[in-house]
Amino acid sequence: MRIELVKRPQRSALFSMLSPFIAFALTIIAGAIMFALLGVNPLDAFNIYFIQPISEVWQLHELAIKAAPLILIAVGLSVCYKANIWNIGAEGQFIFGAIFGSIIPVLFPQFEGPFVIPLMLLLGMIGGALYASIPAFLKTRFSTNEILTSLMLVYVAQLFLDWLVRGPWRDPQGHGFPQTIQFGDWAVLPQLMPDDGRANWGFVFALVAAVAIWLMMSRMLKGFEVRVLGSSPRAGRFAGFGFNRMVFFTFLLSGALAGLAGISEVSGAIGQLQPVISPGYGFTAIIVAFLGRLNPLGIVAAGLVLALTYLGGEAVQTALGISDKVARVFQGMLLFFVLGCDTLIHYRIRLIGLALTNGAAKLEAAPKLEEAR
Amino acid sequence: MDITINILLTIATAATPLLIAAIGELVVERSGVLNLGVEGMMIMGAVGGFGAGYLTGSPWIGLLAAIIVGALFSLLFAVMTLSLATNQVATGLSLTLLGLGLSGMIGTSFVGQPGVRLPNLDIPGLSSIPVVGKLIFGQDPVFYISIALTAAVMWFLFRTRTGLTLRSIGDSHTSAHALGIKVIRYRYLAVIFGGACAGLAGGHLSLVYTPQWVENMSAGRGWIALALVVFASWRPWRVLAGAYIFGAVWIGQLHAQAFGIPVPSQFLSSLPYLATIVVLVLISRNKRLTMMNTPASLGQPFVPDR
Repeated sequence: MRIELVKRPQRSALFSMLSPFIAFALTIIAGAIMFALLGVNPLDAFNIYFIQPISEVWQLHELAIKAAPLILIAVGLSVCYKANIWNIGAEGQFIFGAIFGSIIPVLFPQFEGPFVIPLMLLLGMIGGALYASIPAFLKTRFSTNEILTSLMLVYVAQLFLDWLVRGPWRDPQGHGFPQTIQFGDWAVLPQLMPDDGRANWGFVFALVAAVAIWLMMSRMLKGFEVRVLGSSPRAGRFAGFGFNRMVFFTFLLSGALAGLAGISEVSGAIGQLQPVISPGYGFTAIIVAFLGRLNPLGIVAAGLVLALTYLGGEAVQTALGISDKVARVFQGMLLFFVLGCDTLIHYRIRLIGLALTNGAAKLEAAPKLEEAR
Repeated sequence: MDITINILLTIATAATPLLIAAIGELVVERSGVLNLGVEGMMIMGAVGGFGAGYLTGSPWIGLLAAIIVGALFSLLFAVMTLSLATNQVATGLSLTLLGLGLSGMIGTSFVGQPGVRLPNLDIPGLSSIPVVGKLIFGQDPVFYISIALTAAVMWFLFRTRTGLTLRSIGDSHTSAHALGIKVIRYRYLAVIFGGACAGLAGGHLSLVYTPQWVENMSAGRGWIALALVVFASWRPWRVLAGAYIFGAVWIGQLHAQAFGIPVPSQFLSSLPYLATIVVLVLISRNKRLTMMNTPASLGQPFVPDR
């Protein structure tokens, strides 16, 4: 048996809409098989994984806390990927945003007032953008592959944070724990509805960023530039769009958003710097970006789904004793199925039996070939 | 003297997984496919190899399992990118993410368990020759496999007709297809070979280098292997040289930490990653060299139009 792809005359609007849902359904099926293999009743597992974590109001707040960084980062990455520029080091930019933003509460805890939070957020964005400018600079100046450099910088950022919180920034009164001092009251990102749950302003930032980027991509020249350079760099050059400028633009934008996510997470959800501040948000955001079809509004929905996989992973760990790595597996499978289903947008898939149908396929394909030309 | 030999031995041990994974990826990229899933296939090989070795007690079965697991895992990538023509960058990334998650889940029960280690070669008489004995005749079996593999790939790519065909597919899949070459079939085989190599490299990590299972124990080696292929401008012998340079950096920073050099250990630990960036910059500065050697259709999806 063989798989054959037949190009559609134009992209299918139907599958463009359906593919994330098909992918989600396939993930559920594969997940059911996985749970069954682990010796757990899949229905019970799904109830614990997907339903229970969002059945009360405070849990929805937890969902928003997890979704905020994912959406913020993914929205920025979607612009990169649309331009065919591959920033996969958002995890590192997230960490540097957190470090830069924490300069104020850690080194200047005496600063108090309403200006503290905006300053921290600004510094966070600068930190993320600066860190993202390294692969952008190397790509434009030396045409070094940005995939590898941005990824290598993740490891460097993690080690740098580790050194900071164990060394110069360690809380002297922290009984030797590797962590900074707790942020002061003015340096904590306020909660949205403190009576109901912990969700903070980070989620609002995420929604605002999504809408803003959506406007940029669909209504502004810059968005057009991104799309043209992404689908046809040659056409972009003829139109006078600079490729190098675009590399910097997309890296700085996605870096700044990742940095904002980093400082929001530290200031809103954690309250201090620790050796590890992210359960892989920067990488999971790549999945969010693709699941959302690189569309900022789709990314909001995708971010909520992926946030749920984190909560579900924690839930099955406590309830069923399955490793919370199961969340990573779900996320990985989801991305696989999304990419696979996206093929349906541009191609019809046909399964061909052995030798028998070979000639028939050729006959059928011939007129299509003419069409394509 | 003994110290020097021991350092050389550990460098070889550190370089071996990089070399094997990079040689496999080199063949894949020569066929025009960019598989960014090396890290994922490697870690799956590591957990598969450890698991099989731990359960059967035989490191050899472990090593075989690592190869098979790596190859099977790469098949997932092959079906996606070759049969379904998905974006290779995104698919490779998802292979890595899935591999890191899956290996963590599978390996939960292996954490802290004692592993089995492949014994070093020991040829009576030869292995005890001073100085060279240990270096040439006393290393772990995978070391010899890695050297043989490099030579074999060099011979295959540049001295055989099939190798020439493979390279031509990497340079222009449309021309190759027009000549009647089965592009997709070649690429399938190349990707699976790359997966088997990455699996073997992972098996080396969990059966020789540190015979135990630690989550994320590949620690970015798969990515460094990818960088090595670029650094080597797609030439096997340069991969060999590059792998040993990186092995030296890796071991050098470990020794520096042990000696208590007054530099924070985190900075030393980040050296291999920074070194990767530096060599990538150095090599890609020379645009003509890179342009000339990069397989021209690298990373582009191909759908035969028949």
